[in-house]
Amino acid sequence: MGLTITEKILREHCQNKSATAGDFIMAEVDRCLANDITAPIAIEVFEEVISGTNVDIFDRHKIILIPDHFTPNKDIASAAQCKVLRDFAIKHKIVNYFEVGRGGIEHCLIPEQGLVTPGEVFIGADSHTCTYGALGVFSTGVGSTDLGVAMALGKCWLKIPESIKFIFSGKLGEWVSGKDLILYTIGKIGVDGASYKAMEFAGEVLSGLSMANRFTICNMAIEAGAKNGIIAPDKVTTSYLESSGFTHGISYQSDHDAEYVDVVEINCDMIEPQVALPHSPANVKPISEVSDMQLELDQVVIGSCTNGRIEDLRITAKILKNKSIEPNLRCIIIPGTQETYLKAIKEGLIEILVKAGAIISTPTCGPCLGGHMGILGEGERALSTTNRNFKGRMGHLSSEIYLSSPAVAAFSAIKGYITSPQLK
Amino acid sequence: MNGKVIKYHQKDINTDLIIPARYLVSKKLDFLANHCMEDLDPDFVKKVNDNKYSILVADSNFGCGSSREQAPLALKASGIKCIIAPSFARIFFRNSINIGLQIVELSNIDDIKTGDVLEIDLKSGEINNITSKHHYIVKKQPGFLQEVISDGGLVNYAKKRLI
Repeated sequence: MGLTITEKILREHCQNKSATAGDFIMAEVDRCLANDITAPIAIEVFEEVISGTNVDIFDRHKIILIPDHFTPNKDIASAAQCKVLRDFAIKHKIVNYFEVGRGGIEHCLIPEQGLVTPGEVFIGADSHTCTYGALGVFSTGVGSTDLGVAMALGKCWLKIPESIKFIFSGKLGEWVSGKDLILYTIGKIGVDGASYKAMEFAGEVLSGLSMANRFTICNMAIEAGAKNGIIAPDKVTTSYLESSGFTHGISYQSDHDAEYVDVVEINCDMIEPQVALPHSPANVKPISEVSDMQLELDQVVIGSCTNGRIEDLRITAKILKNKSIEPNLRCIIIPGTQETYLKAIKEGLIEILVKAGAIISTPTCGPCLGGHMGILGEGERALSTTNRNFKGRMGHLSSEIYLSSPAVAAFSAIKGYITSPQLK
Repeated sequence: MNGKVIKYHQKDINTDLIIPARYLVSKKLDFLANHCMEDLDPDFVKKVNDNKYSILVADSNFGCGSSREQAPLALKASGIKCIIAPSFARIFFRNSINIGLQIVELSNIDDIKTGDVLEIDLKSGEINNITSKHHYIVKKQPGFLQEVISDGGLVNYAKKRLI
């Protein structure tokens, strides 16, 4: 029996050279990542692990620290947490520490900086670390203790997951994006539909998708409970790596006779833009149905590790060009990184967005998790391109979060209620 | 271990409900404990303290959402020593194992009620509901996880076996 791409990568990163799905391994990690919420605890754990031993940091080039959640520091307490990261980074000469103004949202920043390479094992103390699977990487979210131990030893315990294969066939309609495909998929299988498993994405539609769309798809694998999302490297991956000047790494592919616990075929011909309704990313409906509900909005958020890339800003600007955002609505747009921000300025996108009445935020996770830069008040309703719409996540417990693509979010910001450009 | 149950018969209790992000500005355990489960039940902490509850029972996919280790840390610091659910979200599951918080996967939680006293023996894989006289057999964790659990968490495991 053949192996899946996930099994192959993990087997190469452990001592058990016959390990397959279901086996526990102590994986050698290529990179480990933490942010301002998860690193302070990880650093405490790291100190505990090395105390009384001659162990020190496992590799200062392989640890990535990014203060992005509550930054720029939203209050004194979050400033104290960021200081823990900064002091640790200076003390241990961590090469990839990204100060505010030099970085951005971790899962937008890392691929942009070439800090992840096909074939690697990447762990991050952030659930959306599964984003990098789009590059054919085994990439998964872990906790702070895992990360603290990995910073000292370069190892992480993992159970090699079984895989579910998702085959996207047919043709993608206008205004339908990677975000719509993953929302549709989560709606179909549920928030625990891929628990503990690898979601392997394939099919003719996927082959035609850009890296930005692929990052969005893998980013939300966690919302179906998956351990990782993964897409085998292909021509799109290669040209992305080459045009960015990054190394190719190792391109693992699943064997033809690899074993899957399930194969889900999704014909994309009839898929409309999708919206997840409160309070679950699996509570998904097609836009035509949601548009009929005439759901008036108080806020629109376009950004996050799910949809904060330049491609997302381009489509947003295309829709908002020479248009005005509905007067009683706040539209908050967040470029994922400083580089994306700069590109958006150079391409004239920022001017379009500001003229339309949007506010541009510094790169931050901010409102996505109810941190800052756009908290919802009592009874308010938001449409957001982020990844989770749990009750109260973005602010008041009585507020409502709807999830969509940037195209739907931008068009809805003009109309004042949830709708889509293809319905105009 | 023996303990008294507090039960929330709800699926998908996510980490935002267990510890909302507005409290992630601190890693102090008493601070996290004071706000534990606040958005699900504002009286959770008081109920646990007043009634000496130490076993949390919930429905499937407990702990879904973010990787914040503050979620199991807050529960542990609030006095919860064991969580029983039909299934757990994977990052919450590994975080709990890593910090030495007991996790039990039990497919049928229907007969367990708030206030019940349970006797849990993870070595034999048995749970006795002293109050209702129900008896349950639970699946034992695989060998590797048992080692981490018996070492009291990943830090001790790493110090003992990896260094």
